[in-house]
Amino acid sequence: MPSTATNGAAPASPATPTQFAIVDASIARLGDLPGALLPILHDVQDQLGFVPEAADARIAAALNLSLAEVHGVVTFYHDFRRAPPGDHVLRICRAEACQAVGGERLEQHLAAHGLGAGATSADGRLTVEAVYCLGNCALGPSVQFDGELHGRVDERRLDQLLGAAGILPRGGCGCGRQGGCR
Amino acid sequence: MTATVYVPRDSAAVSVGAHAVAAAIAAAAAGRGERVRLVRNGSRGLLWLEPLIEVATASGRIAYGPVQAHDVEGLFAADVLRGGAHPLRLGPTAEIGWLARQQRLSFARTGVVDPLSADDYEAHGGLVALRAALAMAGDALVEQVASSGLRGRGGAGFPAGIKWRTVRQAQADQKYVACNADEGDSGTFSDRMLLEGDPFTLLEGMAIAGLAVGATVGYVYLRSEYPDARAVLRAAIETARARGWLGDSVLGSSRAFDVHLRIGAGAYICGEETAMLESLEGKRGIVRAKPPLPAIAGLWGKPTLVHNVMTLAAVPWIVQHGGAAYAAIGSGRSRGTLPVQLAGNVARGGLVEVPFGTTLRELLVDYGGGTRSGRPIRAVQVGGPLGAYVPSSAFDLPLDYEAFAAAGFLVGHGGVVVFDDTVDLGRMARFAMAFCAAESCGKCTPCRIGSTRGVEVLDKILAGEQREANTALLRDLCDTMTHGSLCAMGGLLPMPVLSALDHFPEDFGKG
Repeated sequence: MPSTATNGAAPASPATPTQFAIVDASIARLGDLPGALLPILHDVQDQLGFVPEAADARIAAALNLSLAEVHGVVTFYHDFRRAPPGDHVLRICRAEACQAVGGERLEQHLAAHGLGAGATSADGRLTVEAVYCLGNCALGPSVQFDGELHGRVDERRLDQLLGAAGILPRGGCGCGRQGGCR
Repeated sequence: MTATVYVPRDSAAVSVGAHAVAAAIAAAAAGRGERVRLVRNGSRGLLWLEPLIEVATASGRIAYGPVQAHDVEGLFAADVLRGGAHPLRLGPTAEIGWLARQQRLSFARTGVVDPLSADDYEAHGGLVALRAALAMAGDALVEQVASSGLRGRGGAGFPAGIKWRTVRQAQADQKYVACNADEGDSGTFSDRMLLEGDPFTLLEGMAIAGLAVGATVGYVYLRSEYPDARAVLRAAIETARARGWLGDSVLGSSRAFDVHLRIGAGAYICGEETAMLESLEGKRGIVRAKPPLPAIAGLWGKPTLVHNVMTLAAVPWIVQHGGAAYAAIGSGRSRGTLPVQLAGNVARGGLVEVPFGTTLRELLVDYGGGTRSGRPIRAVQVGGPLGAYVPSSAFDLPLDYEAFAAAGFLVGHGGVVVFDDTVDLGRMARFAMAFCAAESCGKCTPCRIGSTRGVEVLDKILAGEQREANTALLRDLCDTMTHGSLCAMGGLLPMPVLSALDHFPEDFGKG
C-alpha cells in the first residue's frame, strides 16, 4: 500500500462551516476553564480527528492568546494532527520494554507495505503512528488500535487485527513470504 | 445463589482478552441458568497470568489463569463457580507465593475491590485516613508524612515532608495539589494500574495532602495514552463528589477540596514537573528554570504541591498507620515500599510492591523468573529511558536511592526492563539519544542540540569510525549534558548511554 504523509509539511486543509461550528461549540463549553487551550484542542480533535489550522485564529481570539501561542501548542504536542487520520488509527509502541521483546519488527512489518510511522494509507483506511510507551510493558509488544490496547502482538496478530477491520486480507498481509510474515 | 466472578478491567488484562473472557462468562452462565455477578476489578499484578479471573467461594477467592474466552466453557464444565479443579486453577489468590511474598501497602486494594464501588472502597479500609486527617491539625499531618520518610516516587526521590512543609508555610490566596500521572517511562505502569484498579486511594491521598498544605484545588495530569485510566478516574471523581468525599465540604467538614482531571497530549517531557505545570496552564510543555520551586510558585504562580501518583497513593496508609510504621519498613534513607514494575523480556512480569532493600536479583529471579525468551538476562534498564543499563554483575544491589546512585544507577519510578543476550546495547544507547532528540522541549541547548549530536557521534562509533576519538567526544558531550541541562531529561540522558558504553563496550564499534 502506498502512503501519503499526514504530519509535518502536509498542507493545511481548509475548515468547513461544520468544523467551525464544532470549534465554536468547544470554545463555548470549555473556554472558561483555567488553562482551557489543551482541553479545547482535545475536544476538537476528538470530534474531527484533527485540529484544522484555520481553527487556530478562532481559538486564539476566544482565549485572548496570540495566534503563535495556539500554533505553538498544537505543533508542540505529538497528539494533535493537522489533517484527518485514516478510518482506523494504529499506534505502535517503540519504547525500550517493547523493543526487548522484538517490538520493532511490527514497524518493519508495516513499513514493508509502505506504511511508515506518521503515514496514512492511500485508500485512507489506516493511519500508523509511533508512540513511546502504552503502559503495557510486561505484555509487549503493544499496540493501540482505535483506542484499544493489545498485548503480545506479533506480525501474525497484527495481521489478524487489521484483517478483522477489513484493512488487510484476513489471515495475512499477502506479502507472499512463506509461512506469512513471521 | 449468585456467584461472584472477578474479571479485570485493567487495560493490560484487556490487552490479552479480558473483555472477551467477561462476555464468554456472562454467556456461559446465562446458557446454564447460573446467576453470576461479574465484577470488573483491577489487576492483581500477575500480568503474565492475565486474564486472571477469580471466583468468590466459601474458602476465599480462587484464581484461574491465564484464561482465554475459549477456555470458559471448559471452566464451567469443571464447576468453576464453586472453585472446581481445572488445569488453569491457580488456587486461593491470597496464597499465590508471588503475591503473598509482597508487602502491598499502596496496592492493598488494587485487584481486590471493584474500582468504582464507593461502598467496596469503604469496606476495605478506605476513608479511614481522610477521616483521621480531618481531625488532625495541618502541622501534625505534615509531621506524619515527614516522619514516614516518604520520598517522591516519580523518580527524584525528594523528601515529601519537606515539600509539604514548604507549601503549607507559603502564604497565598490559592494553593494547589498537582498529581503527575504522566507516566511516560517505558517499563512503568504502576500509576496506570492504581488509577484503573483503585482510583479512590489517589483521590483520598490528594484530599489529605490538600488539607495538610491548605490547598483547595487539585489537578491530575494524566497522559493521553491511558484512555482506560481516564475513564475510570473520571467516573471515580464524579462518584467521590456525589458522595461528598470531594467538594466544598469534604465529608461534611466545611473544608473544601476538589479534583479536576486534565489530559496530556503525548509529550514525554510533560512528566517533568515544571513542564507539566506549563501544560496544565495550557501552554507548550517547556521546562521552567528553578528556582522558584513549584512549592513556592507553581501552577499559575501559586504554591503547588507536585507529586507522582505513587507518592500520593502512599499517603492514606501513612496517615492511617502513622509515619513511624512506614518508616519502620525499608533500607537506609529509602523508607517504605516501592511498587516495582517488572517489564520487557521477563517470564513473570507484573507489579511487585516490596520494601526498599530488596535486591535486583530477588526481583529478576524470584519474582521475574528470568527472561520470557528463556535466554540469559544480559542487562536490565532500571528507572525508565533515563535510567542506566545495569549489568548482571550488579544484580545484588539493593533497591535504595543512595545505593543505586553510588553505583551510577537510577531507581526512578521503579520500572525494570529486562533484556536477554540478543540485545545490542550500542543500539540502545543510540535509541536513548534519538528518543531525547524527539522529546526534548528545546529550551536548553545541551538537551536540544546535544541529543542530535549524540545520535550522530554514536552512529560514527557504531560504524567503527575513529572509535577512540569519537568515544572521547561522546563522553565530553555527555559531561556537558549532565552538567548543563536545565532538567533531568538532558541531565540524566547520559546515564543509559554511558552505562551501556561502560558495562558493554563490546557492543560499540564492532563495525
